[in-house]
Order: sequence, then structure tokens, then C-alpha cells
Amino acid sequence: MPTRSETLAKAAQLRAMFEAQGAIVVEPPILQPAETLLDLYGEDIRARAYVTSDALRGEQMLRPDYTVPVVQMHMTHGADPARYTYAGEVFRRQEHDPERANEFIQVGYEVFDRADPAAADAEVFARISEALNGLPVKPVTGDIGILMAAVKGLDTTERRKAALMRHIWRPRRFRSLLERFAGSTPVPATRAALLAGAVQNDAPMIGLRSPQEIEARIDALREDAQAPALSAEQVALIAALLDVREVMPNALSRLHDIAVDLPAIGDAVDLAAARADALAARGIDTDQLAFEASYGRASMEYYDGFVFGFRVETRPDWPAIASGGRYDALTKRLGQGDEIPAVGGVMRPGLMLELEAAQ
Amino acid sequence: MTIKLGVPSKGRLMEKTFEWFAARGITLQRTGSDREYAAAVGGIDGVSLMLLSAGEIPRELAAGRIHLGVTGTDLIEEKLALWDQLVAPVEELAFGHADLIVAVPAAWRDVDTLDDLDAAAAAFRAQHGFRLRIATKYHRLVREFLRGAGVADYALVDSQGATEGTVKNETAEAIADITSSGETLRANHLKILSDGLILKSQATLWRSRTADMDDDERRTLAALLKKLA
Repeated sequence: MPTRSETLAKAAQLRAMFEAQGAIVVEPPILQPAETLLDLYGEDIRARAYVTSDALRGEQMLRPDYTVPVVQMHMTHGADPARYTYAGEVFRRQEHDPERANEFIQVGYEVFDRADPAAADAEVFARISEALNGLPVKPVTGDIGILMAAVKGLDTTERRKAALMRHIWRPRRFRSLLERFAGSTPVPATRAALLAGAVQNDAPMIGLRSPQEIEARIDALREDAQAPALSAEQVALIAALLDVREVMPNALSRLHDIAVDLPAIGDAVDLAAARADALAARGIDTDQLAFEASYGRASMEYYDGFVFGFRVETRPDWPAIASGGRYDALTKRLGQGDEIPAVGGVMRPGLMLELEAAQ
Repeated sequence: MTIKLGVPSKGRLMEKTFEWFAARGITLQRTGSDREYAAAVGGIDGVSLMLLSAGEIPRELAAGRIHLGVTGTDLIEEKLALWDQLVAPVEELAFGHADLIVAVPAAWRDVDTLDDLDAAAAAFRAQHGFRLRIATKYHRLVREFLRGAGVADYALVDSQGATEGTVKNETAEAIADITSSGETLRANHLKILSDGLILKSQATLWRSRTADMDDDERRTLAALLKKLA
């Protein structure tokens, strides 16, 4: 195990490298207002981040990552375009695996640039890949944007698309919704009774949720029951899309095939192809680069385009030693009316040193 | 030294625990005045009784400060991550039955399942600008349960007591709490979701996996467990 000062030295060295490449060094505070993070991630963040509080400022979180504070900082007074780098502790509450660190050093590189998303994606990936040079790591890439485009392009109601979109990061729930909309799972008996008008009750109204909201949902359920089922072909196309797990050239050709039947993903696939070209132009061997269409779906819900991770081949028990992706929607959420395309990645210098020592 | 047995310090849970042990030839009793938390054990030597809050017994077991303890499954699973590495169940005591459940206003005709709750939560957030609030004191268990079920757009709000009243008081839209008969829920115009059972709990005798023992204590524990089996 590397000592803390060794890890900090490594982190400083990586940050200096990004700085030399033109990034501005930023140092957001460790304590973050809990409200922003809770609003973004909901209750799940409490299982991942340490919460503390005082009587003056209320709930604060020990930063679980840098992305949110960096985005906030950029959206209030950042230059356009901008590149940032940072190094420091992040804190992750652990409730299941005592082997996982609850505090570790992260080094990151973030790009806010409107000009050429494919080039910015490739830039972040290539810079991190370069920093990991010589280590036995295997990169995996994916693209949540393609799945989102596929959902938007489904031949079904806007309400169903919104429900699927809302659960795109929860694969199991996504699948069960898809099956329900396709009519392949039976309607629960209680819902059938409700739709048949057989559910009456005289319980008094209590709480903030109003009778109008209840009626609105029942209307929505009725409307949904009238809507035609999602076709088996479309469900199969989504399944085929999520199944794509190949080296980049083969993955792109599979995606182009799927796009013939699901034209809505055409632009997103073109972007993935442009990204592959941009990666190749930066010297990445895209012929061997893995692409998994479902990669990054189970992680925190802010990536909405390109995603990547570097796994350590000799240590399958480790988390990714580096990871990142595109989070355009996050800048919109935090931008108060403003938005900017953004992509970034982080590395774990402590794990890098451990890996170097093992070699 | 002695084997330390932790038992809830008051109420029905204490009385029932005393009865359960008495039926197996171990007498537990409080000594001194009514207000003093001192206690004595009869029917076996080398065992000392510690009267503790039921909510603290999980922590004391996990820390190895008591060897045996009586408390509910709900409290063990809520308070101890990786609980099965820290404590082991010895006997279920067949009282103190309670289910940890998710309940919503009975007037919500459109909500019967977690799937409904998720959809209602999405609409609620869009309408009101904040997440649908669920009042509970079982934060970890509820969060894990709802995450497993794919429910989003809710927030847990802490409620250490009178949780069934929070909806009427408009400090929460739904609750997750323990119930034995459902009587209090009904009285507060709440209904349990049909797939809203998080955990079935009952009073259970637990053994600490972390408490140190010498040979004498080991013999005492074996003798005690034999009587209780």
C-alpha cells in the first residue's frame, strides 16, 4: 500500500500534467451543501455520501465527487470554453463492502467546450489513457446518449417515453417498464379494478397530495390502458442495442444496422462514429477498444453521452481505476437557465501506485 | 468473569423476555427500587443481566460488550451493516412481532403497489417542486428496499415517534414504520402497499460474534444455551 504522502505526490504530479496541458487548477471545498446533491441524486446519495450538519448551515455533505462543485463553479463564473483539473480527497460511505475505501484521493480533468463534442470526448479519454500508460488496464467505452435517443424514438406515448427516460439508469426497473408497455406482463389486479371503476373509498383526504392529483393519475392510467402496446419489434431493438458489446468497429457496424430500423438513433450513432475517428486521430487503437452499449448505466445518474472506464485486468475486485463521461444535462440542471456541453474523467492515484508496485 | 446478557429495560418487551427465560428455568428480575436499572439472574451461575434500551442492544452486541442480547430483527438490520458478521440469531422468542411496511393515505385510490408509488412520486415532484416525503426511523432498510424496487423521487424524513401522524400533519406524504396489528395505521387513515412489506421482525435472542470469552465463560454460555434450546 502506498503511503498517503506518496499518493498525494502522485496526485500532484498528475494534476501538474493536466495543468501543463492547459487546464486551470480548481479547489472546491470539502463540505458541500447537502441540498444540491440531494436534489440531484435523491435519497440514494445518502447511502453513498457522509452527511453532517450544524445548527447554522444545516446539512452538509463531505464531497463524494468533484464534478458537481466544479460544474457549479463553472456555471457561475467560468470562462467559455474552459478546462479544469483538481486533486484531493473524496469520501464515500460504505455499507456493504469493508474492503472498499471510504476516503481516497481523486485527480480529475474536466472540459467545458461547445465546439466539437466528439473531439472533447476523445481529448478527455486520451489524456487519461496517456496518464495510465504502462499499467495493465483495459478501457471500456459506452454511450448513454444512444440509448436515450432510442427511447425518444420509440413509437409510443410521450408519457411512456418519459417514464423510461426517468429510469434509464435503473436497468431492472427500465426493463420491467418496457415489458409492461409491451403488454408482456399482466396488469396488476388492483390496477385493473381501479380502471374498471371498481375501486371506491371513503377514506378522508389527508396530506398534501390532492384529490386532483389522484384523479389526474387515474386519468393518465386510463389513457395508458387505451394506448397500443409497444411493438415486439421495438422491444427487440432496445434489447439488441443494449446487447452490443464488441470492439469499436464491430460495435459501430451493429449500431448502424440497428439504426436502419430505429432511425432515431442515427445522429447519436454518427456522433459515436465521429468520436471513434477523433480517438483514432489521438492515437488510440480503436480497433481494439471495447464498446458496451449498456456501460455506465448502473452508476450515478448524470452521464448522458459518452462514458468510459479503465478496469484493472489483474484486479477484477477493484473498482475502475479511472472513469468518466459526458454530462451535458447536469450543466443544464445546475446552470439556472444556462447550459454547456461538458465531459470529464477521474483517476485514482492510490490504486495506480499500488498497481505500479505490483509490477 | 461472567456472560453478559442484555435485555430491554422496560415495558412489555422486558416482561415477555423475563417470562420466556423463566419458562426455561432462568429467572431474570429487577432488584432495588422500581427506578433502578439493577438486575439479578437465578437458575444459573456466571451470567449477569444488563438492562438496556432495545435500540442500543444491537450496538452493544456488535461491540462485544455483551455476549447475548434480546432485541428485534428490525433494529439489528437497521443499525448494523453486515449484521450477520457481527451477531448470530440464537432463538426467535415468538413475541414482539412487527412488520416494517410502507403505507400511504387510504384515500390514494390510485396507489396500491411500489410501482404506483414511484409514478405518484414523479408526478408529485413535478407538481410540488420537491420530492415525495416518506417519514421513518428506519432509514437504511427503507432506502435499500426502495432502491431495490426502483422507486425514485422520494426523500426520507426522520420521524422518531408518532410517525403515523406525519401525513395528516403534512410533514410527510407517506410513511415506513413497524406495525403489529395495523390498528394505528387504520386509525390514521393509512393503508399498507400490497408489496410494501420490508421486513418481518420479532424479538430474538442474539449472540455476539465479537465478544471475547475465556474458558469459564465459554462453559457458562454453553450451559445457558442448552437450557434455552
